Amino acid sequence: MSVIVAKNLTKRFGQFVAVDNISFEIEKGEIFGFLGANGAGKTTAMRMLCGLSLPSAGKGTVAGFDIEKQSEEVKAHIGYMSQKFAMYEDLKVWENLRLYAGIYGVPHKEIMPKIDQLLENLGFTSKKNTMVSALPLGWKQKLSFSAAIFHQPEIVFLDEPTGGVDPSTRRRFWELIYQAAEQGITVFVTTHYMDEAEYCNRVSIMVDGKIEVKSFYQAESMDQVFQKLARKAKRNSD
Amino acid sequence: MLRYLLEKEFKQFFRNPFLPRLVVIFPLTALLIFPLAANFDIENINLSVVDQDKSPFSKSLVQKIQASGYFRISNVSSNFQQALASVESDESDIILEIPPNFEKNLVREMRASLMISANAVNGVKGGLGTAYLSGIISDFNTNIRMQLTQNYNRLKVPNLEILPLYKYNPQLLYEVFMVPALMVMVLAMVCGFLPALNIVNEKEQGTLEQMNVTPVSKFTLILSKLLPYWVFGYVVLTVCIGVALFVWGLLPLGNLAVIYLFVTLFVLGFSGFGLVVSNYAANTQQAMFMIFFFVLSFIFLSGLYTPVANMPDWAQLISNISPLKYIIEVLRMVYLKGSGVQDLLPQLVALVGFATFFNGWAVLSYRKRG
Repeated sequence: MSVIVAKNLTKRFGQFVAVDNISFEIEKGEIFGFLGANGAGKTTAMRMLCGLSLPSAGKGTVAGFDIEKQSEEVKAHIGYMSQKFAMYEDLKVWENLRLYAGIYGVPHKEIMPKIDQLLENLGFTSKKNTMVSALPLGWKQKLSFSAAIFHQPEIVFLDEPTGGVDPSTRRRFWELIYQAAEQGITVFVTTHYMDEAEYCNRVSIMVDGKIEVKSFYQAESMDQVFQKLARKAKRNSD
Repeated sequence: MLRYLLEKEFKQFFRNPFLPRLVVIFPLTALLIFPLAANFDIENINLSVVDQDKSPFSKSLVQKIQASGYFRISNVSSNFQQALASVESDESDIILEIPPNFEKNLVREMRASLMISANAVNGVKGGLGTAYLSGIISDFNTNIRMQLTQNYNRLKVPNLEILPLYKYNPQLLYEVFMVPALMVMVLAMVCGFLPALNIVNEKEQGTLEQMNVTPVSKFTLILSKLLPYWVFGYVVLTVCIGVALFVWGLLPLGNLAVIYLFVTLFVLGFSGFGLVVSNYAANTQQAMFMIFFFVLSFIFLSGLYTPVANMPDWAQLISNISPLKYIIEVLRMVYLKGSGVQDLLPQLVALVGFATFFNGWAVLSYRKRG
């Protein structure tokens, strides 16, 4: 069963076509990698699927809900971790988790035990009362991810979740993604790190708003494919 | 859901090193210091006297002026030129010239003239100074006439005296007029500025987007932003009423409940205005400039400093769109005249209108997605 379906999704900003007629389907439990250079339109595509941005054309369903008409239902069934760290810096670790748990309707009595359990699994119990602003970036990312899946969503959207941290920290982050996938959470992740693409079950590569390689199963070296496609790109991020 | 959001808002507020102090210090400063600073009663007008008569009459006139308390004799010159020089050097504001033979003319011919010349660079000071001085002179004139008529012909001169009866603020104290209006200014800042800046700040941090991917409804989210500031609004109002009572000795003649009722309506409307601004501003800088522009306009149109009736017709018409105007009227009327709800129906309608308009606009213009 497909939990995410995109059909001819398009997003225009004036004359500029950020996302150009893309279509794909993602199965339940998959780790789907969405690759592309900076500015290729990955984030815009993801924002449409999350109900943060209205598609200019095309259709999509997420967790069985229409992204255009039922965006609020979509939101109740997904988790989202943005590219920019977006937890409250002036709240403590447990307070941030409690806030998001409460918003997603986790029953009041279950919240605190679940937070303690989670922090213990992460080896993070000692930081329970630390202000989020005082955490190193790697930990902030793990914490945002944990908050995004705290309410056991069907799908979690991760937008370049591991930007700016060292390879070993990235590796540990991917262990968390695998744990989530084992619990049956579908993972939709954008990245431009080729080694990360190899952790995915399936990848798509986006170039200039279009999907160039679809449903790509690890054949050629990812790096070779990406280099070939990215060089053709006309949009340039710098 | 709202409960968790409110918990977060209050924690963030009290952890902010600046905001809790602002909510206490701002009203205190505004109510303790502003009424003294923003005072249009003119005292210490520097007077230059050119007394060319040097008679008992001229001396008693100068004494009378000095005794009034409004004037300070800054300069005594023997001719007008010298006196003018002292005005030019900013030593004096007004010149009183008593011509030679002042007393003689007054006694013999029953008439004499004096000249008052005022420096009108500061129009208010010049105008009011001249008015005060004329008042003292006409009083002096009456006394002289009484004396003269008694001494010479004992004629019964019909004596017409105007006794003004100042209602509601018998001593014409400026504080009494300003304090209720300053309360409104403080409330506008706390309940309009702070929530707007709070939301724009979350926009900048990216946390608002994170909220927008959650199933929180926009109504709940907005309510969680406004409720805390409504609570702080009441705290601020209560602090203000306390300062008005204990420092300025002002207790509303009318019912306190009426004040709280109208302030609630005003705060509802004005925080809605703040929300509208926050929906259109992309960052704090834009929000600050928008708020600054509108609040300044609202204040100048509100009659806080200058009476609305003094404005030209077109400005009076525009002043109707300032929510501050209505609540300032209400507070002044309840404080000074003891008005009740039945006297304040137009203001009630206006404030309800503003609350509906701004909040409706705020909810319509808030987008969870672009």
